[in-house]
This record gives sequence, structure tokens and C-alpha cells, in this order.
Amino acid sequence: MSDYIIQTIQKGILETLEMTFFASLLSYIIGLPLGVILYVTSKGRLLENRIVNLILGTIVNIMRSLPFLILLVLLIPFTRFVTGSSIGTVASIVPLTVGAIPIVARMVEASLCEVQPGIIEAANSMGASPLYIIIHFILPEATPSLLQGAAINVATVLGYSAMAGVIGGGGLGAIALQYGYYRYQKDVLWTTVALLVIMVMLIQGIGGLLAKKKRKV
Amino acid sequence: MSNVFELEHVYKTYKNDGKEFTALKDVSLSIKEGEIFGIIGMSGAGKSTLVRTLNRLEEISEGSVKYYDKELKDLKAKELREVRHSISMIFQSFNLLNQRTVITNVEQPLRIAGVSRKERKEKAREMLKVVGLEDKENSFPARLSGGQKQRVAIARALAASPKVLLCDEATSALDPKITGEILDLLKQINEERKITIIIITHEMSVIEKICDRVAIIDDGELAEVGEVKEVFRNPQSEAAKKLVFPSNPFDPSDPDGRLIRIVFDGLEASEPFIANLVETTGQKVNILSANTRSVGGIGYGQMVLELPKNKEDQDTVVSFFKNNGLSVSEVNREHE
Repeated sequence: MSDYIIQTIQKGILETLEMTFFASLLSYIIGLPLGVILYVTSKGRLLENRIVNLILGTIVNIMRSLPFLILLVLLIPFTRFVTGSSIGTVASIVPLTVGAIPIVARMVEASLCEVQPGIIEAANSMGASPLYIIIHFILPEATPSLLQGAAINVATVLGYSAMAGVIGGGGLGAIALQYGYYRYQKDVLWTTVALLVIMVMLIQGIGGLLAKKKRKV
Repeated sequence: MSNVFELEHVYKTYKNDGKEFTALKDVSLSIKEGEIFGIIGMSGAGKSTLVRTLNRLEEISEGSVKYYDKELKDLKAKELREVRHSISMIFQSFNLLNQRTVITNVEQPLRIAGVSRKERKEKAREMLKVVGLEDKENSFPARLSGGQKQRVAIARALAASPKVLLCDEATSALDPKITGEILDLLKQINEERKITIIIITHEMSVIEKICDRVAIIDDGELAEVGEVKEVFRNPQSEAAKKLVFPSNPFDPSDPDGRLIRIVFDGLEASEPFIANLVETTGQKVNILSANTRSVGGIGYGQMVLELPKNKEDQDTVVSFFKNNGLSVSEVNREHE
């Protein structure tokens, strides 16, 4: 491989990390509260509300069933509106975030469902407000499970970020596509793939380790 | 003494998929300040629902539940939370925060009540001392035994200085020895802190050990309420008899023979009254079951006897026991 390719790959790694980091962060900033709302408004929960649950649940389900590649294309005008451009690393963060939000929300909801109802009943019996129960009882009890979910989500975003190469996003995905696919440079293709695999494994490993360290049961 | 709780004609009906299920039917009772009140019943009898109406974890369908003359169902969410600060609860499954240390668990009710960090640490330590776990404050609940977990739960319940402690099958997950220790602790708390304690259980031994009065719940209805001693000595309802009578007497020699249960307390136990019976009346009885129990700290013995076949002889025996101050009740066997 030429020096130029190696430099490109190095740059690609950074771009991939940048996209993954920011898209994951943003998707959690929106997806975590959304997951909490889905959980507390569902049947028999703290703030049961069928209408809110139905509306949010439907939106999340529709967004989740869209193939990511289609979402990428559909979101081009929105991306241009937000970032001023529809190509490049920063622009890719927008569809990545939008695509990850429903996944994060459902994953958070599933983690919260694992919290024993008895703990919430105990909190209620102490006279805690719903907000207090969410912040001080439900979220801490679900933390190990939330961390495990986060590892899966971040790895998914990383995988999606490679797809963003198709519409002109940066990162390792774009390199694999341009050099590996269009130019038949198999060595570049396999290098980028290997790097992506290593990155996913690292994320999964760190997430698992954090969850294990946190889990006291 | 004033009443802590006053229940009048309480009904609770669950609606599920169009089907109705009545968990509580016309329950009326009052719980006095400072007493240890037991509520006993088979599983599914409605006792857990009943105790949850006391802090409105369950909404009632009809009737009235008053807490110090305050009608609970009229309270707004905020007022209800305020009331709940003074009614603590412990559970069969402990319900501690597993991802938090023991002391953080104990601090929770204080934190909810807005007590400062320093003050709540102090108070939590004091409560851990009361339950004998001051050396475990930085442990996580997963590291503790069942009995220790329940002690943490009790410390947590006491932290907010409640007036009432509700115990929902608090000892059902524990072995008999640990159960005894936890009950002793509850008794001590009741005496030293003047906290009214309400205990839900399916075990008569728990009631006998520490309760002053007992309510027997059978199929959602209140079968009987009274002093534990009285209910033990002379149970009126079928449900009470089932709980108090020995569960496994020997089969009588005659399947249709008449059986009675006699109860004597510690004083009478020094009398060899079966021997006396034979000596005075010449009548013989067959002992099918005999045991002793401690009810509220007083030793009681009970026996199930098979009486002679002849009706006159039976009357002689029964009146002999009655004249000697023993309480006598008929035992109806369930024919299978």
C-alpha cells in the first residue's frame, strides 16, 4: 500500500471515530429520555399514558423499520438544512443520529423493564415523586444493563457510519467503497474491514467490562 | 388510645379483560396506636391488597380508609406523598437498591424528605446500629444474607421516623431462626419507638409470637378480629380454626368419633389433668395431637382428643375439662 493510502486510512479511522462518537452521544441525548418516556407511559408503569405511548411507539417503530440506506437518502435535505452540506463527516452525523435514536430508545426501554417492580413499589411507599423514582431508583438499578445496551448501540452506529460512505460521508466505509469496491484494491478493502472489526470488538469489550464492573448482583 | 387506621366497608374489585375479581369484600376494622396488629390469611386471600390500601398503593373501589382521621382517597398526589413519609413499609423480597451501598439505601427516605447529606448519613448510621449492621454500611445488598437484607430494609424503613411500619410477609423468605430474630427486632422497635406495626403473614407462628391483635382474612372477607390470645383460645370462624388447630393430628380410631380441642395456659399445664380425668371420672380419651405454643410470651398447650363413643361419657369428659378452666372446642374433620 502506498503512503497516500496509509495516510488516508489513518484519517479514515479518526473520521469514523468522530462520526461514531458524536452520533452516539447525540442519539443518547435524545434516545435516553425517549426510552424513559416509552417505559414510564406503558401499561401498568409509573406514569401510564396510552396516547403518548402509542404515538411515540408508532414513530419509533416506523423509524426503526426504515432501512438505514433509505433513511440516508431521505434525510439529505434535512442534513443540508442542519449542517449546510450533505456530504462529509459532519454531515453524516445527522442521519447516523436520527437512525440510532429509535434503536437507543427501544434498548433503553428494554433495560428499564428489567428493574424489579418491587423496587419501584418500595420507592412509592416512601413517598418519592415519579421524577425522583426515575432518577434515583430506576436508572441506577438499570445502569449495568444500560451500559451493555450502549455497547451494542455504539457498535451499530459504527457499522452504519461505514454505510454513510455511499452518500459521500467520510471514514473507513468511504475508503472501503472507493478503493476496495470501485478500484478493486482488495488489500485496502480487507484492511478497512479488519479495522472496523477491531473497533467493534473494542467497543463491545469496553462496554462489557464497564457493565460488569458496575453490576453488583 | 386513638386509632391509627379506620377502615369502613372497604371493597376492592379488579377488572381484567372484562372479568371482575373482588379482592376485598366489606372489610371494616380499626388499628390502634402502638399495637402490633397481625393480618393473616391464605395466599390469595387479599391480605396484601388490604395492607396496600393503608398507604394507598392500592386504590379502593368503595368504602373508606382513614389514617389519623384523614380520608386517604381524598388526598392529592403531593399530600399522599407527605403521608407516606410517616408510613414505612418492608417487603418479602426486601426491595433494596442492588446497585447502591447499604448506607445509601438507608438514606433514601431521608433524601426524599429533603434532609441534608450530613444529617442523613448520621441518621442512617444510627439506624444501622439499631438493626446491628453498623459494620456493613459500605457493602452492597448482594453480599448480605436474607436476614441482613431485611435488617437493612428495616433500618431504611425507620430512617424517616415513621409512625407506622407495614410488614408485607417480611419474614416469609427467611428461615425459622432468622424469622425469630427479625420478629424480636420488630417487637423491640414497637416498644422503644412506639411505632404501630402491621404485619401481614400466612404463618400463625408469626402472629402468636409478637402480635397483640389479629385479623383473619378469608377469601377477601374479614372472618374474625380479636386479641391473639382469645383467637387462639377460642377461635370462632372456620378460617380461624383452620389456622389455630394442629394441622396434622393422628387419625382417630373411629372415623366418625367426636373430637375436641382443649387449650391450657402455662399455669394449668402443671396439672396432670388427663390422669385426673381418668381418676375422677373413669373415662379414657385418645390423644391425637398435643403441642405447646408461646402466644404473646405466655406458654399455651393444646391437645386434640378423641372422646369415648357413648354420648353421656362424652358429656362427662367435656364438663370435667370445662370445670377445670380449660377451653374446649369441637374439631370438625374434613372427610375426604
